[in-house]
Amino acid sequence: MDRRSPLARVRGLGSAKEGVGHWWAQRLTALALIPLSLWFVISVVAHSGADHEAMRDWVGSPLVAGLLILLIVSTFYHVYLGLQVVIEDYVHSEIVKIASLIAIKGLAILLAVVALLSVMSILFGG
Amino acid sequence: MASAKRPLSPHIQVYRWQWTMLLSISHRATGVGLGVGTLLLVWWLAAAASGPEAFESVQGFIGSFIGQLLLFGWTFALFYHLCNGIRHLGWDMGLGFELDTAYKSGLAVLGVSAALTILSWIVGYSLAAG
Repeated sequence: MDRRSPLARVRGLGSAKEGVGHWWAQRLTALALIPLSLWFVISVVAHSGADHEAMRDWVGSPLVAGLLILLIVSTFYHVYLGLQVVIEDYVHSEIVKIASLIAIKGLAILLAVVALLSVMSILFGG
Repeated sequence: MASAKRPLSPHIQVYRWQWTMLLSISHRATGVGLGVGTLLLVWWLAAAASGPEAFESVQGFIGSFIGQLLLFGWTFALFYHLCNGIRHLGWDMGLGFELDTAYKSGLAVLGVSAALTILSWIVGYSLAAG
């Protein structure tokens, strides 16, 4: 049964049918980030005071590089989803809202690409 | 827009203040803070890929007073967001909604994240010194 009025339906008001996908992606990235971020913090603490050489050796191992890639992808996806909700909740001007959403998405992609290329250049560059 | 005059549900100012509300907004605040913190992560990785001089300058920043203060804040923010995130995932599965349980899990989140933050820094400092 459709509870919306015919007027609401013709105006396209109501659910945009995208909420569940967003909610689910936020939870799945959260789940992935539990082990990944714990591993990351433990590794960084374990490398306290390490120099550039030690850092490159660490990132240059395929296992570490692979985990870092997973961490980077899930982190920036999760950050984007979270910031999107914050902007949608607090920014009420339509134009500022859309501009912020585009800026946040672009920035998340840009930062993720820089981080991924850095890891891969250390992995393959030796 | 037609939606501008639609009725609103009761908003935050009509409710009596409770400390669990502070935990709730802190989840958001730490999330946004950690989002800003990814800038340091990217700088650190990019510098490691660029060479020893660039890496030296990131290490210099991290080692400075401001750098250490920020890193300490991000450590706590990460553990808090992680622990409280697990609390949220429990709620998503319908677990721990009773008021008493929600208070206890909130206190546990604060205690565990503070303990893990302090432990990380003690271990980190002793490894860097040793």
